[in-house]
Amino acid sequence: MAAAEEEEEGKMAAAGGGCCLRPFSCEQGLLSRPDGSAAFLQGNTSVLAGLYGPAEVRGSKELPDRAVLEVLLRPKVGLPGVMERSREQLLRQTCEAVVLGVLHPRTAITLVLQVLSDAGSLLSCCLNAACMGLLDAGLPLTSLFCGVTCALDPSGAIVLDPTTRQEQEARAVLTFAIDSAERKVLTATTKGSCSVEEMQQCLAAAQRAADTIFQFYRDSVRRKYSKS
Amino acid sequence: MKATPLSNCERRFLLRAIEERKRLDGRQCYDYRNVRISFGADYGCCIVELGKTRVLAQVSCELVPPKPNRPTEGILFFNLELSPMAAPGFEPGRQSELLVRLNRLIERCLRNSKCIDTESLCVVAGEKVWQIRLDLHVLNHDGNIIDAASIAGIVALCHFRRPDVSVQGEEVTVYAPEERDPVPLSIHHMPICVSFAFFQQGTYLLVDPSEREECVMDGLLVIAMNKHREICTIQSSGGVMLVKDQVLRCSKITAVKVAEITELIQKALENDQKVRKEGGKFGFAESIPNQKITAFKMESAAVDTNNVEEQAEEIITKADPPSEVFAKPILHTPGTAQIGEGIENSWGELEESEREEAAEEEAENEAAAFECQKMETEDTSTMGENKKAEPILLSDSEEEEVVVLEPQVLPKKTRAQTNLKQENTSKKTFNKRRKKKRAAP
Repeated sequence: MAAAEEEEEGKMAAAGGGCCLRPFSCEQGLLSRPDGSAAFLQGNTSVLAGLYGPAEVRGSKELPDRAVLEVLLRPKVGLPGVMERSREQLLRQTCEAVVLGVLHPRTAITLVLQVLSDAGSLLSCCLNAACMGLLDAGLPLTSLFCGVTCALDPSGAIVLDPTTRQEQEARAVLTFAIDSAERKVLTATTKGSCSVEEMQQCLAAAQRAADTIFQFYRDSVRRKYSKS
Repeated sequence: MKATPLSNCERRFLLRAIEERKRLDGRQCYDYRNVRISFGADYGCCIVELGKTRVLAQVSCELVPPKPNRPTEGILFFNLELSPMAAPGFEPGRQSELLVRLNRLIERCLRNSKCIDTESLCVVAGEKVWQIRLDLHVLNHDGNIIDAASIAGIVALCHFRRPDVSVQGEEVTVYAPEERDPVPLSIHHMPICVSFAFFQQGTYLLVDPSEREECVMDGLLVIAMNKHREICTIQSSGGVMLVKDQVLRCSKITAVKVAEITELIQKALENDQKVRKEGGKFGFAESIPNQKITAFKMESAAVDTNNVEEQAEEIITKADPPSEVFAKPILHTPGTAQIGEGIENSWGELEESEREEAAEEEAENEAAAFECQKMETEDTSTMGENKKAEPILLSDSEEEEVVVLEPQVLPKKTRAQTNLKQENTSKKTFNKRRKKKRAAP
């Protein structure tokens, strides 16, 4: 079953005409204690986001003019290490760019992400889960954002939403956070080396994929607020 | 985040309701909440929901040397974490009393009951054994974490498959999952914890307390039992004085509950195994219910990337060319480079004597040349011209010591030397100054 899926993906990538995203699923409001929660699944990669806020800050951490955003990323096995810390910073800066913290000064917004399973494209799954969590919590945002991972395989073809195997075989893996208002780049992080042209191509492909993802957000929120 | 304290009127309300044998969620005194088990795509991963309390469990394994006093037994490691998303009061990195208590209970329940056969985890006696690690993450705290965690733990251990190993004389081969099917752990029995909350000094008893009920309870009794009616662990906390009858009654209730839960676990494990064997879809994606309006699924979507190259070309041609950056890296030692200038060296008087000393020293290290090459290939095209130019090396020295980044005072004197040899240096200027001071009267 898994082998058949991979073959299909391989064919699509080799065709060059298009890449495809894995099947997405999202469940909102599944936890009772956090103010907002969302589970986002991309193929077999899944991340659970829980959000508390705006809430009281303890001590010196509070900022007088806006909300303090804290992001915690917990891996499934072992203690959080340097990789998790750097991803937390990345997510924090992306979220701070969209959350209207000035509407809630001297408060704290805490976003906790738990990795449920990792089968490739983990960072973009975290970004998507974070955005759905922010939506579910009802925090004021200037725009939504989504995460897309592109991998450049050794032949130079672009693979969107790569699996673990595709990421390992790739020459470079790029993750972009794209905003929903004008499809601009909020965050870009790369691993491996690629040329400037290739990066621009991956970015353009990511922006195309972002359209699909924002449509998914729209459909899932519409379903949540539907009466039937 | 601060936990919301319980108000007095809430407390009174709960206690009054319990006296009248009523619970907030409508359960009877001895009723358990619904247990729901879902498995992930990897082996050994599961999420257990006990009502709204949710716990994630993951089992992993590793080959390690055994403990010296037990050379033929595998190692078990249990770790329960209260995720900050589970409740507002859970802070990351703070070892609260609750966390310690839960961890100890899980250890006693799963390790001391000897439900896992550790002898079967031995690969080479005294050298290599399997270390089985169980990580439990509490995702939502709505009461009775210990029961949910114990169910999640034992289900994950039963679900887990470790790589197959074969030992032939001296050679040990660990097979990848693709080569040989992974092997389940050898589990003797399934201990499951059941919690009882006591109110009004032991007068009233509730099974499976919810979070609100836990806040107002006087004491807690936890009994871990398996389906053969063997008590694996029993713990009474909170200072409630219990009579012998009460404890016996609780153990009878536990036996009934454990039998029901064990049956549920077996069914869930069998279902999952069947689905995997038949090649159906498995994993968390399948456990998301279709009927809920808060859940939404989308099939695999193709993305049109036809004109991506043209779009990218356009952007690049429209963009301004990158500004000319003149940067010559100065190599101090392998791994330390300097671009740009620092401020003037204020230790002016020592310069002359340093020059003398530098002239006397010599250094040799071929790694330097290689390093220079590596550094340069990573640079952008503006730096391409520098491939032919040699990096400027600062003071050669042989001693191995502290490296100090020196500002640009020294290049003048070393240029003479670079023509002779391109070698690497370990910077000793700091040390030189010290020697200077010692020499000078």
